[in-house]
Amino acid sequence: MDFRLTPEQETLKKEFEDFFREEMKNAPRGFGDEGVEGAYANDENFAFHQSMKKKLGAKGWLSRPWPKEYGGADASVIEQIIFNEVLEVHGAPGVDIWGVGMFAPTIILFGTDDQKKRLLTPIARGEVQYCQGWSEPDAGSDLANVSTLAIKDGDHYVVNGQKIWTTGAHRADHMFLLARTDPNSTRSRGLSVFNVKMDYPGIEVRPILFLDRSHVYNEVFLKDVRIPEYDRIGPENDGWRSTRETMNFERSGVGAFAGGKKTLQELVQYAKKTKRDGQPLSNNPLVRRKLAELFVDLDAGHTLAYKIAWLQHKGGLMMAASAASESKVFGSELTQRLVNYATEIMGLYGQVQHSKWAPMGGRMPSGYCFAPGGNIAAGSSEIQRNLIAWVGLGLPRFK
Amino acid sequence: MNLDFTAEQDMLRKSVAEFLAKECPFETVKELEESAEGYSAKMWKKMAELGWMELHIPEAYGGLGDPFMDLTIICEEMGKAAFPSPFYSTVVLCGLTIMEGGSEEQKKTLLAQIASGKLIMALAQYEEEASYLPTGINMPAKRDGDGYVLSGTKMFVSDANVAGKLIVAARTGGPGEITLFLVDAKAPGITIAKMPTIAMDNTCEVVFKDVKVSKGAVIGAEGKGWDLLEKISQKAIAAKCAEMLGACRAAIDMTADYAKQRVQYEKPIGGYQAIQHYMANMLLAYDTSINYLHKVVWMIDEGMDATLEASALKAQVNEKYKFISERGVQIHGGVGTTREFNIGLFYRRAKAAEYVMGDTDYHYEKVAKALGM
Repeated sequence: MDFRLTPEQETLKKEFEDFFREEMKNAPRGFGDEGVEGAYANDENFAFHQSMKKKLGAKGWLSRPWPKEYGGADASVIEQIIFNEVLEVHGAPGVDIWGVGMFAPTIILFGTDDQKKRLLTPIARGEVQYCQGWSEPDAGSDLANVSTLAIKDGDHYVVNGQKIWTTGAHRADHMFLLARTDPNSTRSRGLSVFNVKMDYPGIEVRPILFLDRSHVYNEVFLKDVRIPEYDRIGPENDGWRSTRETMNFERSGVGAFAGGKKTLQELVQYAKKTKRDGQPLSNNPLVRRKLAELFVDLDAGHTLAYKIAWLQHKGGLMMAASAASESKVFGSELTQRLVNYATEIMGLYGQVQHSKWAPMGGRMPSGYCFAPGGNIAAGSSEIQRNLIAWVGLGLPRFK
Repeated sequence: MNLDFTAEQDMLRKSVAEFLAKECPFETVKELEESAEGYSAKMWKKMAELGWMELHIPEAYGGLGDPFMDLTIICEEMGKAAFPSPFYSTVVLCGLTIMEGGSEEQKKTLLAQIASGKLIMALAQYEEEASYLPTGINMPAKRDGDGYVLSGTKMFVSDANVAGKLIVAARTGGPGEITLFLVDAKAPGITIAKMPTIAMDNTCEVVFKDVKVSKGAVIGAEGKGWDLLEKISQKAIAAKCAEMLGACRAAIDMTADYAKQRVQYEKPIGGYQAIQHYMANMLLAYDTSINYLHKVVWMIDEGMDATLEASALKAQVNEKYKFISERGVQIHGGVGTTREFNIGLFYRRAKAAEYVMGDTDYHYEKVAKALGM
């Protein structure tokens, strides 16, 4: 057993670190203070995200894990986790997780040669931004319950329906859409996946304000939207199969642990230099206990994330799937614990948003607002626990 | 990066598991719990013949010189079987102390005796105050000519009742100035009493009344006893956590099996969501720690300083073993609270293991210090 990175991997890691350290010097003031999906939250942040995307695209870093024949570098899962970790530690934008992280792998697995040529290149170059057209008001955890229809009409499909919780739809060029192509079907039968351009006539994006008023999510209404047949990914009515694959791409994740460790370091410094009631906060046994607990869980979670990468690298997909669910639920709940402890330690300041008064740029109260979202999105904690029980332990799944 | 065990390590694990399943099924575990010695001398002899005691002892002293990782594999499988024996006291606590700090003579003699299975040992560290700190060791060792005299009481000494020799931590100077002494367990003036504990293990009180020891009984140097205990602490913590995590895995598997079989409302209870979520939480708790154990053990084998990581490991495994075993009882329902069913073996052991090599509060504080606070 050996936990060390190879010399080649260490060199690569340093290359990533040098790049992001430099580039983040150009970040707008307060970038990252708006929270996890802050890249979408205002124009300045989004512009920075777009420019970083092009730079990453120019270096080929958005497509490293893809096969070489599609413009990738056949990079291993381990190399990808190293990249994700460095990205997270620097709080850097530039990776469209929908397009790069989810849709591109789906196209590689299920798309035609034409689609691979046409759709992968703009993603690799950082020229496009995707959003995810999955959830609907009646199809959240129960995604198979989608009712958005896509009815064949000559060499097009006509789409009518509504999507919800569509992060960044207000800034996206494309959406990957899950819709029902067999109107007589129910649940997971009769679904198809499409690549949709957001400027097609009939698409209306309406903001949903998050509980702290930030604009990240949207509703997307589709009325008689015409999609060309050549943008259907995979066989008609077989869309659920590829969708299930895509879900796992959303879930692996060293991000929470790597980013969390960096935040913890900042919290320790904050506790050491902040005095209350005659002593530094770091002398208070209750503060010490909370920060120690966070370190223990972050270090364990970080180790788990690498183990998952190792399992994926070896091809043990079933184990990897259950482990990915573990990592997701552990990561989001740990993040919630972290922002709770941080805002407790800060006392009265734990409620103050980004302003001259806010410690750590107001990122902790902002994180506090966003934390429940992390336990709900990308497969809620309840669903993840079901999967861990079914796949990880073989417990029965009642119909 | 390679996160797999070697083929040899997998074979070792398999052979240890098979031995324990054959020699000491849970019914035998319960019989041993009720016996005075709390272990089987016959099994102990066989284990020595299989080379378990000498696995990590250096070749220069008659051992196999295998990595610490291999020793933790044995500990893990022992944990899975809830196996009662003085292995941890003898091979880990005392064996490692001698390996790290003993004189050439002590290493040659004692390690060979441990390897052959002829010597069982116990470490006497704690006293009535139940402190984990060096300042909690106050039983004096007074100079007596060339040697010393020990008088006082040691508490929570695992396996003193079956040991041939003890390693005794005594105070030879100011607060925290500790010396380790090798003492014959049958020496005149020593009285050993087994304390009733919920783990039904060999936890003992050892009273010393004017026990004379020679200069040659000192292990390491006078006044340097705490440094030596600290030196072996990372391995001692990791080995105990390996045993605890083996037990966690067994508790999870035992409980999942029960949940798949037990039918209520015409369905196996393992299909109900509350049960599934408890079990998912148990598996998650195990998986986050087992990989961390491997990382800590690897760091130790690489000669890295794992002080922070070992404390992080013990703190989390303390809480998780209790959590997993408690949920295990809960999922079993009424039968989980009986002696007949075996989940209770883990529930009781989790509490005892919590205290070994430092409790949760102790280790979280070590983490806080290591973070710079």
